[in-house]
Order: sequence, then structure tokens, then C-alpha cells
Amino acid sequence: MPYTAGEPGRTVPEEVRARIPGWGVDLDPKNPPAFPRERFDPDATGAHWDFPERQEEKWPRERSIEHKFLTPVFGTATPLHGLSGAIRRLAYRRYSEGRAAHWLLLIAGDRVDAVESHLRSLASARPDDPITESGVLSERRHRPIRSRFGRGRADVSHMWMDPVIIVGPWLLAGWLAFSLVKRVVGRRPA
Amino acid sequence: MRAMVYRGPYKVRVEEKDIPPIEHPNDAVVKVTMAAICGSDLHLYHGMMPDTRVGMTFGHEFIGVVEQVGSSVEHLKPGDRVMVPFNIFCGSCYFCVRGLYSNCHNVNANATAIGGIYGYSHTCGGYDGGQAEYVRVPFADVGPSIIPDWMDDEDALLLTDALPTGYFGAQLGDIDEGDTVVVFGAGPVGLFAAKSSWLMGAGRVIVIDHLDYRLEKARSFAQAEAFNFTEFDDIVVHLKKATDYLGADVAIDAVGAEADGNFTQHVTSAKLKLQGGSPVALNWAIDSVRKGGTVSVMGAYGPLFSAVKFGDAMNKGLTLRMNQCPVKRQWPRLFEHIQNGYLKPNDIVTHRLPLEHIGEGYHMFSAKLDDCIKPIVVPGAV
Ligand SMILES: [Zn+2]
Ligand SMILES: [Zn+2]
Repeated sequence: MPYTAGEPGRTVPEEVRARIPGWGVDLDPKNPPAFPRERFDPDATGAHWDFPERQEEKWPRERSIEHKFLTPVFGTATPLHGLSGAIRRLAYRRYSEGRAAHWLLLIAGDRVDAVESHLRSLASARPDDPITESGVLSERRHRPIRSRFGRGRADVSHMWMDPVIIVGPWLLAGWLAFSLVKRVVGRRPA
Repeated sequence: MRAMVYRGPYKVRVEEKDIPPIEHPNDAVVKVTMAAICGSDLHLYHGMMPDTRVGMTFGHEFIGVVEQVGSSVEHLKPGDRVMVPFNIFCGSCYFCVRGLYSNCHNVNANATAIGGIYGYSHTCGGYDGGQAEYVRVPFADVGPSIIPDWMDDEDALLLTDALPTGYFGAQLGDIDEGDTVVVFGAGPVGLFAAKSSWLMGAGRVIVIDHLDYRLEKARSFAQAEAFNFTEFDDIVVHLKKATDYLGADVAIDAVGAEADGNFTQHVTSAKLKLQGGSPVALNWAIDSVRKGGTVSVMGAYGPLFSAVKFGDAMNKGLTLRMNQCPVKRQWPRLFEHIQNGYLKPNDIVTHRLPLEHIGEGYHMFSAKLDDCIKPIVVPGAV
């Protein structure tokens, strides 16, 4: 009880020790499992360099302005391109990581990227497929009805929004295509 | 090669991609034998992590066989079976040398506040992940370890993130003999945190979640007391009563910014980006721990601001400890615990599916269909 000075329930019942194999093996503070705070041990890592050799920069690689230079090793997964690339480039060039504008621009770039890529896919041999890519086919084998009731299923509260997110880009793409066709057709002399 | 590819929020597919080349003398290319989908992948899947680009391959939890090594690689050769920690790190910078592998300064050009992580957006360096047939592994002499012969493949896979992170959460709690530990979140990391708390001497371990099947797992796998917060008007009051009005000594947030919260949170964070994910679990941790207690955080948070009850933490004199887990630092002790039978990581694996079905895997995991706790994907399987 916290209203007095006593130690509440600090003795571990024998029953607990008996129930848990390995109870307390990492209790000794002098033998920490992996010392949780900083520990200086340069030989422990397997590195055989002071500063790593530099990876070749094959295209101008964006970087945080909080870095002195491009890090010696970096990812090459998906280079910047298009309008989303311009937005992201601005976020990196102008704003430090401490600024909300940095992250909000990056998020905006993500949304633009998704729409851009979706439109591009429609002109490719393999357009986006709203059915298979949303994974809804997994519902079929995994109790789609029962899982929605009384089990706190995580996505139920916002499920009404999902069609907007998944079908939305398709409607947008269709509308763009339609207005483009209308414009081209409309331009022809009657 | 075949690889999972992000196509935009809630959309992923498997497509043909080039096998990644060696880009740096200390790179290796690893042929993936097994990968996992992680709860924190859902932040990417839901489009909540800034600079997640279409075309990116996710997957920071994987094991495989070395296919090719760069010219300066000394400790690995083709054919070696390796487990790869989710952190990418150089081993020689200011931070690595002090054991802060998750905070390496030489691998993430896109940010200084977070280290490099496989398949975790450009905010974490822009590296493709392991939900694919092949993956580029930078600093092959530093990160990967050869899988010991006695170790089960699935156990090795869970050692790349979920188990060390859960164990790290308990470690950050500075648990004292007999302490009462409350763990928020009964996903893989929360289950491992609960289980590890006993090894560190806890007298009582309580797990909080909203899914009954996960709470059942917390009871059977982690031998914990388990409560469903939806059954209580106010889970904080319940926890206070359950601890004789003292509060828990240690609270562990194994949820992070909610990948999927209630309606308001979902709109403000996932949709409107007004906060970087709602820190409901963290605020419960702050509220339910005793004065002078410790709150440990290793759930995933994005870089955007979150509405954390900082004043309460200050007034209660709490110690808040947090980081991404420096996975490799945990391995020696965890190997011992697995050999001694104190931990059996793959007990939490619920689903195994071919890489080709990963779109369905993401949906199933995200919606928590079919009592899914931990799904594993196998490239090349049918
Ligand atoms: Zn993970
Ligand atoms: Zn480093």
C-alpha cells in the first residue's frame, strides 16, 4: 500500500520461480546481458576500417542537411523521379529533420508518388490491380464475417474509408483519361 | 528475381526485379530463405512512414545464404547461412563503437535521427528489404552472423528483430527482483518482452491488449496475467487497483505509434498526418507506472511529432528509456537462453506463406484475420 512506507509485495513467490524456467538468470546487474547503455569497445564489431570506403554516387543522391556529406554507404532502392521527386528533393534541400515541413513534404511526396505510379502503371504491361494488390482475397479463407464481430478487429473502424483509398486513384485515373480523350476529340474540327 | 513491391497505401504486389548488385566493397548479396512480416511493416503498408517510395521492397527480418561478396569482405563467403540483424551499421563510427548499432551515422544519408534499416523507407536509408529472393547486405563483415548448426531456421529469423527487441524492452525497464512489469501490446515483441521480464527477475508480469487470441498467447506462452482493455472503462484505473494503488514498477510500450488505432486516431495520424501516430500505449504506460518508475519504449515511432503526456512523466519523476534495438549486441546471451530452453522463439509463428501470396499476407496481418500473430514468407515456395 503506497500510503505507508512499506515495500509492497517484493518477495517473489516460490511458485513463480518453479513455474518459469530460467527465472532471474539475467537479474545480476554485474552481469548485464548486453550492457544497455553506451559501451566503448571498438574491437567488438568486425569492422576493419576507420572510415569505410565510399560507395559510388551514380546519380545525385539526396541527403539530410544535418549530415556533413553523403554517408559512405547509402541505399539505392528507388531513386527520385517525377513530381514526387521534386517535392522530396525540396524537403531534403531546404529543411532540417527538426522542421515539420521536412516530414510533411515527404508525406505529400509519398501521396503524389502513389498517384503518379498508379497512372504510369495504367500505361504499362502490368497495370495496378485493385483486387489482388489490396490483399482482400485473403478474407475468403480466413473467416471474413466472424472476424468482424466482437473481436476488436483492427481495421473495422475505418473500413468505410478503404474503398476511397483503394478505388479513389482508379476513379481519378479514369476521370483524367476521360477528360483527356474529351479534350483531344473536342479539338478535332467538326 | 521475385520481390514484394509497395504500390501505395494498402497496396503491395510481387513483381520481377533485378537481382541487387554489389555496390560497395563490403557488400554481400544474400539469397533469402525465409523472411517475416513485422508489425512495424504495417506503418509502411498504411503509408504512415515519410518517404516510403513506390517500388520499394519491404522486409527487415530475414535469413538466407550468401550468394556473392564484395572485394573487401573477410568474414563471409558464398554458401554461408546467415542471419542478418535489421539494423544496417558500419561498426566503426562514433555510435557503433559505443554499441549503439541502431544509431549508426554512416549508413543513412536521408536522416541523422535514425539509423539504417532494411526495407524501411528512405527515412531509414532507402535500402531494399528481404521480402524478395535476393537482398543487398551492406557491411557484410559487421552485421550478419553465421547461423549455428543447432539453431532452427525460424528461431534464427525471429532473432533478427522480434525476440531481441522484446528482450531489449525488458532490459530498458531496469527490472529489479520482484518488480511488477506491465507490457502494453501482445504482438510478437510484447510477448517476448513479457517472457524476458521473468528472466530479469520480475515478480509479476501483466500484459494488456485488445485481441483475445493474443492475450491467450500471453498467458500460455509468456505465463503472464493478461487483460483486454476494451473490457474496462479505464485500463489505467484497473492497473492501479491491481497493484494496490501503487502502479507498476516498470511499464513497457511494445505497441509504438499505433499502426491502426481508433477512428479519431486513425484520421488524425494515418489520414491527416496531424501526428506521427497516436501514442495511446505510451500514454497508458506513463499513467499506469508508479511514481519514480521506468517506462521502456521500443515500439515503432515515426519521426513526426506525437502527443505524449510529457507533463505527467515529469511530475511523476519517471525514467523514460527508449531506442531501436541494437540487435547484434543481444545475440550472445539470447543464443544461450535458446540453448538452455528458456526461450523458444518460433512458438509465436502462426502463418507460413509463399512470397507470391504476400499481398494477402499483409492484408491478413493488418486486419488480424485468422488469429494471426507472426507470418513468415518463404521465397520460391508454392
Ligand atoms: Zn520487425
Ligand atoms: Zn556506424
